[in-house]
Amino acid sequence: MHTGGTDVIRATGLVKRYGQVTALAGLDLAVPEGTVLGLLGPNGAGKTTAVRILTTLLEADEGTAEVAGIDVRSNPQGVRERIGLSGQYAAVDEYLTGFENLDMIGRLYRLGRKPSRERARELLERFALSDAADRPVKTYSGGMRRRLDLAGALVAAPQVLFLDEPTTGLDPRSRTGMWEVIRELVASGTTLLLTTQYLEEADRLADDIVVIDHGRVIAHGTSDELKATVGGERVELVVRSQQDLPTAQRVLAELAVGEVQVEQGSRRLVAPVSGGAGVLVEAVRRLDAEGVDVLDVGMRRPTLDDVFLSLTGQPADPSAAAGGPDQGSAEPPPERRGPTDRGRSARRAAAATQASPPASAGSGTGRAPAAPTGAHVPNEEVVR
Amino acid sequence: MSATLQVLADSAVVAKRNLIKIKRVPDLLVFTLLSPIMFILLFAYVFGSAIDVPGDGNYREFLIPGIFAQTVIFGATITGAGLAEDMQKGIIDRFRSLPMSRMAVLVGRTGSDVVNNVLVIVVMSLTGLLVGWRIRTSVLEALGGFVVLLLFAYAVSWVFAYVGLLVPSPEVVNNASFMIIFPVTFVANTFVPSERLPGPLRSFAEWNPVSSVTQASRELFGNVPPGATVPDAWSLQHPVLYTLLWVVIILAVFIPLATRQYKRAASR
Repeated sequence: MHTGGTDVIRATGLVKRYGQVTALAGLDLAVPEGTVLGLLGPNGAGKTTAVRILTTLLEADEGTAEVAGIDVRSNPQGVRERIGLSGQYAAVDEYLTGFENLDMIGRLYRLGRKPSRERARELLERFALSDAADRPVKTYSGGMRRRLDLAGALVAAPQVLFLDEPTTGLDPRSRTGMWEVIRELVASGTTLLLTTQYLEEADRLADDIVVIDHGRVIAHGTSDELKATVGGERVELVVRSQQDLPTAQRVLAELAVGEVQVEQGSRRLVAPVSGGAGVLVEAVRRLDAEGVDVLDVGMRRPTLDDVFLSLTGQPADPSAAAGGPDQGSAEPPPERRGPTDRGRSARRAAAATQASPPASAGSGTGRAPAAPTGAHVPNEEVVR
Repeated sequence: MSATLQVLADSAVVAKRNLIKIKRVPDLLVFTLLSPIMFILLFAYVFGSAIDVPGDGNYREFLIPGIFAQTVIFGATITGAGLAEDMQKGIIDRFRSLPMSRMAVLVGRTGSDVVNNVLVIVVMSLTGLLVGWRIRTSVLEALGGFVVLLLFAYAVSWVFAYVGLLVPSPEVVNNASFMIIFPVTFVANTFVPSERLPGPLRSFAEWNPVSSVTQASRELFGNVPPGATVPDAWSLQHPVLYTLLWVVIILAVFIPLATRQYKRAASR
């Protein structure tokens, strides 16, 4: 996708072991100038380890890495002058005010007293933290802390930015806000390496996506390319009566772009489609006209789990990495659920979040309440 | 030269940050100050009547320099707890990703803890004066006494900087410091004259740097009981020199150790 230009981040054969656990098993990365790389993988995949090596916090056991043309191992201080890092856990001092935090960082970047203060005020303004600028961070919400942490990474207007799971643990609204901020940064030409567990996040923010698992790259491409490897959208529906199956199959076949699968026992049909929600609406309309009693119907798009399933033949199972160095919130093992189950989990998600529509239950990993619910790429529409 | 200045400038930024915390969380300082006051009152009024000092001295005058020594050493453990907390909260990661001096976090931390100890000494001196402690020497000698106390505490700060970077959480530092500091400050001449201790304990007490710190401040404040016999041990005959030797040795060992651990610790 990106030809020409120089790679601002380049890693070759990075290996990092913690005792018996191999966190990175020969990782290669290249991020061209001015682009965004999304490093996608489950907990324990090695995302944080990779970021820590590239930001000089950790030395690799093997392999080489360059950031902004500078070798991470031989000149870490040179790298530090050119990068900004915002970690998984907001590393801000909660006893200091927002202003004091940024001012301190500015002084430690050696911007000087006056420029540090001006930069701090400017960033607080930009991240909508001006009102809270002189309050101790202790009083901030989770979203505000993350924004302040991100502002901290930007104090020296770095050439290269590393964001390690910038939205993990944020509520949907804060997450959307964070995405907007990151998109603005990217528009201004910063080279960005972003790690995430969410395909949708990578989808929205990254030019290129690298999927890693067990410390190595298992896929690389644009978001569309990755989804194409998984397969496109599907309409899944369950009819009330066994007798309706042939009719439903005929109706879906007219709209499908491939073969319609029928599961007799569960009265479930799966049809690959293209054309988004319009196809779903059309399917429901035609089924209704035919008098088919539909119990549940939904649209399914590829998720991170689907990418994993298709790439590794296994679900993205976080328990496989238990005890690894990447710590994070545990998630229940993902599983494929039928439309009925998903309908139920969507309702559960709706009850949990109240304000957000049940559009994200299709991620199938049980983190629906925290998943984004924007209208742009809903994972699933449940129509009853 | 400019590199040294840079270290100092960065350290000052870090120290300022630590001092703001004292201001924002005054409870911390209050408890740091209350425990020595409690110790002074307990020993002066509860144990004081049961403990004889050599010669015909006043136990409270004998006691206060001992409590000074114990308290500034406890004050030094704040260094370890503070660093362990910063590690836990990821703030050390942030510092390590900045192009700042590698020494600054430790120099700033130990530096701001000296300020903390100065506050503690002021409050303790005032409490001491209330219960009958007096400085019976010149201003210069008395200042010397305070400087010896602070220097020794500064050295101990570096020990705890190392400990703080070694352990996983601030609670562990607090427990560890209790285990180390209580025996070390009690098997000394801080609360009872070391001559009364049985054989091996007595030798330990005489060569324990806490004893020499205490002895040095007793001499410099003029609190050595009149008529007390000159101690046998060289360490207590030359308490200031012996204490300064310890300060140099501790710093020479623990500054490099802590600095190395700082670079390594965040790489976990």
